[in-house]
Amino acid sequence: MELTVNGVSREVQSPPLTPLLFVLRDELGITGPKAGCQQGGCGACTVLVDGEPRRSCLAPLAAFDGAEITTVEGLGTPEKLSTVQAAFHEHYASQCGFCTSGFLVATHALLESTKDPSCHDVEAALAGHVCRCTGYVKILEAVEAAARGDVGEVSTVTRPQEGQPEVLVPGSPA
Amino acid sequence: MTRFDAPVLTPGSPEEAVQAFGDGAGVTLIAGGTIAMPEIVHGRMKPQKVVLLRRSGLDKVSREGGKVTIGAAVPISELEQGDEPLATAAQNVADGEIRAQATVGGNLCAGPGRDTPRGDLQAPLLVLGAQVRSAGAGGERTESLEEFLAGDYRRRLVLDVSYSPADATGYAAFWRPHTHHYTILAIAAARANGELRVAATGVAPHAVRLSGVEQSGNAADALQGIEPPDDALASGWYRTQILPRLVEQALSSL
Repeated sequence: MELTVNGVSREVQSPPLTPLLFVLRDELGITGPKAGCQQGGCGACTVLVDGEPRRSCLAPLAAFDGAEITTVEGLGTPEKLSTVQAAFHEHYASQCGFCTSGFLVATHALLESTKDPSCHDVEAALAGHVCRCTGYVKILEAVEAAARGDVGEVSTVTRPQEGQPEVLVPGSPA
Repeated sequence: MTRFDAPVLTPGSPEEAVQAFGDGAGVTLIAGGTIAMPEIVHGRMKPQKVVLLRRSGLDKVSREGGKVTIGAAVPISELEQGDEPLATAAQNVADGEIRAQATVGGNLCAGPGRDTPRGDLQAPLLVLGAQVRSAGAGGERTESLEEFLAGDYRRRLVLDVSYSPADATGYAAFWRPHTHHYTILAIAAARANGELRVAATGVAPHAVRLSGVEQSGNAADALQGIEPPDDALASGWYRTQILPRLVEQALSSL
């Protein structure tokens, strides 16, 4: 079956009942979507399916024939963050980072459909996402800033130098 | 063999779905996947054959002659702006991403969860006097939702559910933190042609009507014939304490 992920069409071999999350992570090596609770409860695996946020752990590969999948890798790059990513960066809206890719794609989808979201819109859009570090306040501030386009210059993040390990903290989420 | 090796059939029409389901033996139905996929991923369910309802054409909503018919594969999110008390109950299910994926048929057939009550749409559909059309062993049949839930509903393919909107409705659910996907207790009430119907989610393995309240119109009779279970969300005792209050709240908006 063919699966279009972040604009690139890929041939996939996983059995059709495999959850999309495992196809992305284990077959295609796209590890932005995280395998959290794997029962639809945490939102860490959320990706965009034809622009709409969906839990990738909850539907089998066979359901995505012909769909366009966007993961956090498709939003921006370390050199040029998307507005939402830059706002999260500037507002310290990410700590351990495990939930962050889910929050980022859900926020991206919200701002694509709603230009000036109310507090209620933001809370409703992020209701399925659990963060155990930030207490949510920083996240809500970041979403509001992104909605206003208030991200200063769009930031970049520093990559490890040549020869340095890619993962700086042992055991941190890959 | 891995957990995901079962063959997946993807019927392209309601007729093909009925044929693929057959008498239901050995068939696992997946529409949104929100109930079945975690069971499969965590190894609690090992399907022999999966029928995927994504392209089955069972996702239509129609309104004719005052009757509303909702296809089994209609996502719960589509009900959020529809008839009460179904709309408010739909808004109370999990979160927006789940509601856009989970379907009416799956919610109706959700058996009791391992740790929590499920099937939030059963109570509002019970008070709307809904009829369920389903296929499976013995062929197609249409029956009241009560009869459907009392029977072999976990082995039926729901085709659609239909009802006539009520004259007045009420709904009350116990407060649910955003990290809890299931509601402890919820009450739906409706009045149509002078008849009062009241049903509860969370006091039995599936939603049930509260006959005591229906006869007297009094919330104090909510516990007649009801013995709420203990589960991960609340004890049976706690449910008996809050049930009459929620009934009162639901009745107050009729």
